Amino acid sequence: MSKPSSAFSLPPVVSTLIAPFPKTPMEAVLSAFTKRLVARRPELLRRLGAVVQVPIAIVPDDMPHAFLLSLDETKSNVSICEKDAIADAKAVIRAPFLVLLGLLDGTYDGDALFFTRDLRIEGKTEYVLALRNTLEEAELSPGEFFGLSGRSAGWVNDVSGRLLDKARWFAARSAGKAGSMEPRH
Amino acid sequence: MSSSNQKRMELVCPAGTPAALRAAADAGADAIYCGFANETNARNFPGLNFSSEELAKGVSYAHARGAKVLVAINTFAQAGQTCVWEKAVDDAAAAGADAVIAADLAVLDHAASRQPDLRLHLSVQAAANTPEAIRFYAETFGVKRVVLPRVVSVPEIAALNREIGVETEVFVFGGLCVMTEGRCSLSSFATGKSPNLTGVCSPPDHVDYKEDQSGRLQARLGGFTIDSFESGHAAGYPTLCKGQFSALGKSGYLFEDPVSLNAFELLEDLSKAGVTALKIEGRQRGKAYIAGVVRAFRQAVDGLESGIDARSAIAALKSFSEGGQQTAGSYKKTWR
Repeated sequence: MSKPSSAFSLPPVVSTLIAPFPKTPMEAVLSAFTKRLVARRPELLRRLGAVVQVPIAIVPDDMPHAFLLSLDETKSNVSICEKDAIADAKAVIRAPFLVLLGLLDGTYDGDALFFTRDLRIEGKTEYVLALRNTLEEAELSPGEFFGLSGRSAGWVNDVSGRLLDKARWFAARSAGKAGSMEPRH
Repeated sequence: MSSSNQKRMELVCPAGTPAALRAAADAGADAIYCGFANETNARNFPGLNFSSEELAKGVSYAHARGAKVLVAINTFAQAGQTCVWEKAVDDAAAAGADAVIAADLAVLDHAASRQPDLRLHLSVQAAANTPEAIRFYAETFGVKRVVLPRVVSVPEIAALNREIGVETEVFVFGGLCVMTEGRCSLSSFATGKSPNLTGVCSPPDHVDYKEDQSGRLQARLGGFTIDSFESGHAAGYPTLCKGQFSALGKSGYLFEDPVSLNAFELLEDLSKAGVTALKIEGRQRGKAYIAGVVRAFRQAVDGLESGIDARSAIAALKSFSEGGQQTAGSYKKTWR
């Protein structure tokens, strides 16, 4: 399903540059850190409820691949696949990559993004809601995701926050909306 | 600007998760309302709400920042299962909540008789909009505040306040219920579930969206197509009261468009009408919504006394609204 680029979309060159990256090592890293996160924060699985073990596809519009996420007490898994190979997913979340990151850290409101059509969902809506609400509560920062704490977590969060701000500015500028760096919520 | 004899109105803000509660407290809420993760509250959505332990921690966090916590136990207890609602009241009291928001007579009775020190607010679900009804709840259960249905006008609120001895709370922002709450069966008709009994209007397990190749989005509830939105047009939830229908040879929004409430322009009138508290809807919304809306309305309420203009802060909230549209709803009685 095509989606016109928005103020949130990364320029196509980013997708072109990322496409050749090998998927297997990225899958291994993402799966390992997701498993560790779930082990550290068991309350997140309780909040997820029926979504445990349910595969959910996360499809960044402006990236070459999709992510298939399955959360479980011991077997959480993130696989990277082609965008047309997500038939196993019980729900699909589509949005520009920066929007998806903004949902992860609570910068954006999912309903507002749905109203503006920057976020689209398919399949079982209740699974998407449970995942969204759990991520809201998780208050995930990059430091938290990588299992860091103290000063190292602060440093990673600070650097990644600045990078993300620059990426949002760059995306807005590329979409011809320079100066419009604020999220539409 | 309000006259000096008008009390500053309290800002009552939603929280669907402990993180949202913290966001509301940090953004300047006077009170925060939330519910337990079961059918005892009218926002019983997946992944949302609080355990007893989370509520106790949330109460501590809010109190440390000068905010109260109100617990919504506002669905109608089901025969043979009233113990679930009674336990919710007892857990709210044990967690140190400042008040319980209830609608059901059995729940109100349990709270009044078993938790006499717990302040009682009458939920909008009770649909009490006459002096007689409100006096009944006040005299029978000691209710101190009534949340008014979103179907009354400002003059009606002023008239009510002249005749009752309890506080009134009104919705000023967020999802707009155009039916008389507690009595609406539209969701139940399409899905078998309703906000009144199961705590969900248009339950997400009956909602699905389908976008075709042209970008046209179909929003469906219980298999019924409720609305469709052309590519690039703002979307809304598939709630029946905001769906499109064909009747008498015409198609369109029979009850109301996909739209959200924003009564900012009426804050001074509501203050003059004797309203005690202003409520923001949206326990199902994210932290970004909570923080943004609470901050803007904090500025607006404070601006009634200080004279600081909050219009730009309020205008920035439009993107949070369903369908990208806002209305003053029945407060101005302009709809069909």
